[in-house]
Amino acid sequence: MDTGLVKEDAGTRRMPALSAVRTHFGDYGMLLALLVIMAFFQIMTDGTLLRPLNVTNLVLQNSYIVIMALGMLLVIVSGHIDLSVGSVVGFVGGLAAVLIVQYGWHFVPTIAVCLVVGGIIGAIQGYWVAYLRVPSFIVTLAGMLVFKGLQLALLGGRSVGPFPIEFQRISSGFIADPIGNPGFNLPAIFFGIAAVVAIGWFGLRHRANQNRHGVAPAPFGLFAFKSGLLALLVLGFCYLLATYRGLPNVFLLMITLVAVYAFITNRTTIGRRIYALGGNEKAAKLSGVRTEFLTFLTFANMGVLAALAGLIVAARLNTATPRAGLGFELDVIAACFIGGASASGGFGKVTGAVIGALIMGVMNNGMSILGIGIDYQQVIKGLVLLAAVSVDVYYRRK
Amino acid sequence: MAAILEMRGITKTFPGVRALSDVSFSVEAGEIHALVGENGAGKSTLMKVLSGVYPHGSYEGEIVFEGEERRFSGINDSEAVGIIIIHQELALVPLLSIAENVFLGNERARGGIIDWGATYAGTKALLETVGLSESPDTLVEDLGVGKQQLVEIAKALSKRVKLLILDEPTASLNERDSDALLELLLRFKAQGITSILISHKLNEIAKVADSITVLRDGTAVETLDCRGGPVSEDRIIKGMVGREMADRYPPRESRIGDLLLEVEGWSADHPLHTDRRVVKGITLNVRRGEIVGIAGLMGAGRTEFAMSLFGRSWGRNVTGKVRLAGREIDVSTVGRAVENGLAYVTEDRKTYGLVLERDIATNVTLAHLSGVAKGGIIDDMRELAVATDYRSRLRIRSAGVHQDTVTLSGGNQQKVVLAKWLFADPQVLILDEPTRGIDVGAKYEIYALMNRLAEEGRGLLVISSEMPELLGMCDRIYVMNEGSLVAEFPVAEASQEKIMNAIVRAGRR
Repeated sequence: MDTGLVKEDAGTRRMPALSAVRTHFGDYGMLLALLVIMAFFQIMTDGTLLRPLNVTNLVLQNSYIVIMALGMLLVIVSGHIDLSVGSVVGFVGGLAAVLIVQYGWHFVPTIAVCLVVGGIIGAIQGYWVAYLRVPSFIVTLAGMLVFKGLQLALLGGRSVGPFPIEFQRISSGFIADPIGNPGFNLPAIFFGIAAVVAIGWFGLRHRANQNRHGVAPAPFGLFAFKSGLLALLVLGFCYLLATYRGLPNVFLLMITLVAVYAFITNRTTIGRRIYALGGNEKAAKLSGVRTEFLTFLTFANMGVLAALAGLIVAARLNTATPRAGLGFELDVIAACFIGGASASGGFGKVTGAVIGALIMGVMNNGMSILGIGIDYQQVIKGLVLLAAVSVDVYYRRK
Repeated sequence: MAAILEMRGITKTFPGVRALSDVSFSVEAGEIHALVGENGAGKSTLMKVLSGVYPHGSYEGEIVFEGEERRFSGINDSEAVGIIIIHQELALVPLLSIAENVFLGNERARGGIIDWGATYAGTKALLETVGLSESPDTLVEDLGVGKQQLVEIAKALSKRVKLLILDEPTASLNERDSDALLELLLRFKAQGITSILISHKLNEIAKVADSITVLRDGTAVETLDCRGGPVSEDRIIKGMVGREMADRYPPRESRIGDLLLEVEGWSADHPLHTDRRVVKGITLNVRRGEIVGIAGLMGAGRTEFAMSLFGRSWGRNVTGKVRLAGREIDVSTVGRAVENGLAYVTEDRKTYGLVLERDIATNVTLAHLSGVAKGGIIDDMRELAVATDYRSRLRIRSAGVHQDTVTLSGGNQQKVVLAKWLFADPQVLILDEPTRGIDVGAKYEIYALMNRLAEEGRGLLVISSEMPELLGMCDRIYVMNEGSLVAEFPVAEASQEKIMNAIVRAGRR
């Protein structure tokens, strides 16, 4: 086609500074949007947003959304959707409560059983989508109804609780300071410093690698600015946590999972194949990619993560309620789309989904502090989702 | 005769590149005017300027149609004056009937309510004109590609067409359907309809064109008049590539070795209509260093055979035996077929060959990710090195290996698909229409590559609807018809007539 010629020539021209910034800064656009939103609420709430207590709350309130967004991203990238996750959260939370409170199980086997049950739920839905070829929207809409119903049946329409303290610590525990220094938690600070060192080391190693293979890395100034900005954010964040109660357990769990999934999507063959499957299923299949099995796997994985989120939610509320998990699927899906995932599959990044979840979380939190009613909160969130995706579509078309 | 269309000094630039520069193009009323040129020469851009896809003001120069200067701001404006373009990718809705498609957007209706009587009667008349006997309420998806093309033309006729533009109309048609289409163009000419025909098939152009305009690198190089006498294909090619093409097929010394691939009694049924056997007991073999062709008409079952062989990617109840170098191999999934040394390069690179919105590097390594990964973890730099290597070896023209494949020209896309399979290092390559829709220069490069693969001792099985290509490239040719092999010729004994004869005789049996 004629456009081949166009692109070829456009690509061989020297890259002007502005476009270098755009190519190498593209992924940071989302992060900047998050910072702008945070700055806005920081000013509007007279500094309440970034108080240590509130930052800790932000983490506790949004960890399970972030965790589910990791699984949802893979589902969306493979070209599907999972509407059942909210119901699975509620059902698994209920299951945990029944096992621990009513049957007196220890919390460790309970967690194991709950994660397995989540995996089985995801696997069943995945089987229907991947092998029986029923559209995922339908399968998981059915799953949403089924598990919502089972949640109610399991709990008998009542709340079940409370949980033993060990179980609660999943969500409400913190990494203790060995010195017991009140008001300033050392592990949090060490964690921040370690993270900054890791950012610098991996960044420099990547540049060295690029140089060794004759690829021109981004200008050093830009790299330094980006890394510096990120380091500053990480340190600031850890400082805020340190001045309250330190690192929440659930934060460590979340960060570990984010790192694992970012690695899977960016660097592993399985991640690559999921993107290929979402980009062009037929071509992927004819290249030897086991498309059905991968689809099945993304749903099974989603089920496990939804179950984990269900445990976190139950532990945080210290009770399993019939309303738990209601509407979570919408927040999770919105996080992925705000983060740049494509509804038709093939596109989307873990970092984008995480930032998308944080944008939703900060807006929820900020608007609550400002006393905006739940009614208009939803209106505003809906408009932000539409705006974010519209901007994305606009730039992709260019 | 007077010119019906004159495009004067057309210049169209995109950011950073000039796609057309000062092109003047004139078409006389009532003629068939062929527009040829390599991919990327600017043919489609010129036609998009003409049909208003690129509106007035986005290009320089002027368009005079029927003696008046025209400033189209969209495709509706050009259709209103009778300029109709039929694109390479058909724009029909498969689940609507022929009649609904013909009048889509132009419904026979009063006050928004469709007059079905007028619709069917109108469609019937139009179908007769294009030589289709189908009922107007047949669904388009139940028609073959050739008939779909005719429906497109019927649709164009429903709009009071004066200038018909056909972009590669015969690219996916077999010879019989192509001939029917060309006949139709000649009939239109007799009725005074002017046509512009864009095609890579020079023999077709020689058959019907009154004049030929050659585009090269965004400029109109020359216009050849065919009325004085036939213009030779070599003459046209010279204009397109700017040099003499001494030989269209690179020379090769065949060094044929031992038996490599043996297929025995391969059969497959249609995936939906399981009572229809589409591949019927195929037995064939390919030796090391040998290029073997499969000739046949569209619908003979060649692609179905190849895809069912390659990991049962097509069909149901697939049975038969495959041996590689004497040992029976398992080809029941694509993964196993690849592991056992097979590769299948699809005829439809956009649907089955490429992940279009990913870059060259991702596509090149997709079929053999383990070659750039250790323990399931991809080594970016190794992948980059592999992709860069194949890019330069196959001379893929792009800004780098990180350019998205959707932006490449057809020939370069085909090279990416080939690179993907070369990286998987197969013993036997099945190439399905390897040069479809790509230009003469890129074809030559792909032929040269095929020769090199054969010289390395691999076996090549080539499916092609272009008989000269099979005759020019293969050592041996099988002929397939209605799911069975009906003849086999060493290339020295084969000719187009013999192959056609074999098909026709088999059809009569």
